[in-house]
Amino acid sequence: MLETRGLTASYGQFKALFGIDMTIAAGECIAIIGANGAGKTTLLRSISGVLSNSPEMILHNGVPIGALPADAILKRGIAMVPEGRKLFPSLSVEENLLIGGQVRQGDRRWNLETVYELFPILRERRLSPGTALSGGQQQMVAIGRALMSNPELLLCDEISLGLAPVVIRDIYAALPEIRKTRAAVVIVEQDIARALTVADRVYCLMEGRVTLHARAAGLERAAIHAAYFGAGE
Amino acid sequence: MIWLDTIVQGLLLGGLYALFAAGLSLVFGIMRLVNLAHGDLIVFAAFLILVVVDTTGLNPFVSALIAAPALFAAGWALQRFVLNRVLGQDILPHLLVTFGLSVALQNGMLEVFSADSQRLRSGALESASIDLGPVTVGIMPLLTFASAVLVIFALNRIFYATPLGRAFRATSDDPVTASLMGINPKSVFAIATGLAMVTVTIAALYLGMRSNFEPSIGPARLIYAFEAVIIGGVGSLWGTLAGGAIIGVAQTIGAQLNPEWQILAGHLAFLAVLLVRPRGLFPRAVD
Repeated sequence: MLETRGLTASYGQFKALFGIDMTIAAGECIAIIGANGAGKTTLLRSISGVLSNSPEMILHNGVPIGALPADAILKRGIAMVPEGRKLFPSLSVEENLLIGGQVRQGDRRWNLETVYELFPILRERRLSPGTALSGGQQQMVAIGRALMSNPELLLCDEISLGLAPVVIRDIYAALPEIRKTRAAVVIVEQDIARALTVADRVYCLMEGRVTLHARAAGLERAAIHAAYFGAGE
Repeated sequence: MIWLDTIVQGLLLGGLYALFAAGLSLVFGIMRLVNLAHGDLIVFAAFLILVVVDTTGLNPFVSALIAAPALFAAGWALQRFVLNRVLGQDILPHLLVTFGLSVALQNGMLEVFSADSQRLRSGALESASIDLGPVTVGIMPLLTFASAVLVIFALNRIFYATPLGRAFRATSDDPVTASLMGINPKSVFAIATGLAMVTVTIAALYLGMRSNFEPSIGPARLIYAFEAVIIGGVGSLWGTLAGGAIIGVAQTIGAQLNPEWQILAGHLAFLAVLLVRPRGLFPRAVD
């Protein structure tokens, strides 16, 4: 469904990605792991259109989309839960959710009702400003907001960052529900053990290159260690 | 009793300043763009209404209704093709461009309409008044104030009760994340400037009916508009109305004390508010 071909990205003089080749099939769950600065967030920002690339570097159902802006990418069914949640402070919880589905509603499987069923606490807090919620609840809003566009590919950047373990467990408990809608999910995650429990396949990045690509099931610790820190270290 | 009359007249005058300021407040609130040509755009709109009046013979109100869609389109195009290109972290480019636009508009209008003073004639309405017991108020100032309240109320409804307003607020908070929601910030900005030009049309209607206007008076209107926005607090539409009212009341009180102090008193009130509340009276919490 989505493919990157020799994807490169840079911030001014600084080159962050060096030729990433990656495929994502419909309904699949992919984990992207790697140390800080490995290029994980840059990869998601490139796919979601926040960073512009050459058109042919990213293909969606065979169509080159690398140069499309973020709003056009969302309309194609690729939604992102950005790092740091990035809720709109001027909008209430409910408005934050509504704006997620304002431009694209997709097949409407996800709507206010179903998002509130997935995260019941949000219904109670629906009139609060989005940024008045706890970190975990804000993360639920950010995920719900992305789901409101009924994406076929959901990109989640560091959804457990800075959250308590019990909160992370609640958030990950929602993933199976999300996958029931046949949406493909890409999670960028520091917590490798947790990522491996939910993912079908894993890509490990180091310094802007893929150092490991494998099925998650049965992946050896030593292999991850080598890919994460570099072979021989 | 004279003071009650002074304050009422000042409040009503504030309606005109709030109308001058509404569009500026909208644009500044959404995209942090200070449009230095705002006053000249008001004068331009007044000339456009005058052209419609002269060619169709219709009254100024209906003529403004005809001019409004054209001015919406002009605002949309101005933002889409010019101002969107200079928006960014650096505020200097858009200040320079709108300053240039201001100069170009003044000279363009001078060329086309000459330096003669013009007026939008509204017949008996110009001198009509009603007696409210202790004070007598003119129908025209009353209409101006009512229009200002209506414009602010309508903009507020758009802002807080429509999907478009939601997009305005989200884009104002964080354009990058808004684009991840499928919103094109540049389109949102273009609609906002179009909407601002509709409020400019209403401001121009009352400017033209209440006083003479000529191509060079835009910058002075900009100052009043700017002061009203800052007094009210950036991003607060009702604050802008309050800001207009404060300048209006300060001016009439100043004029009551000494006719030469009218304009000065308005500016002093602006400075006084800045001293006490540097972020304005009703600043938006997230700024």
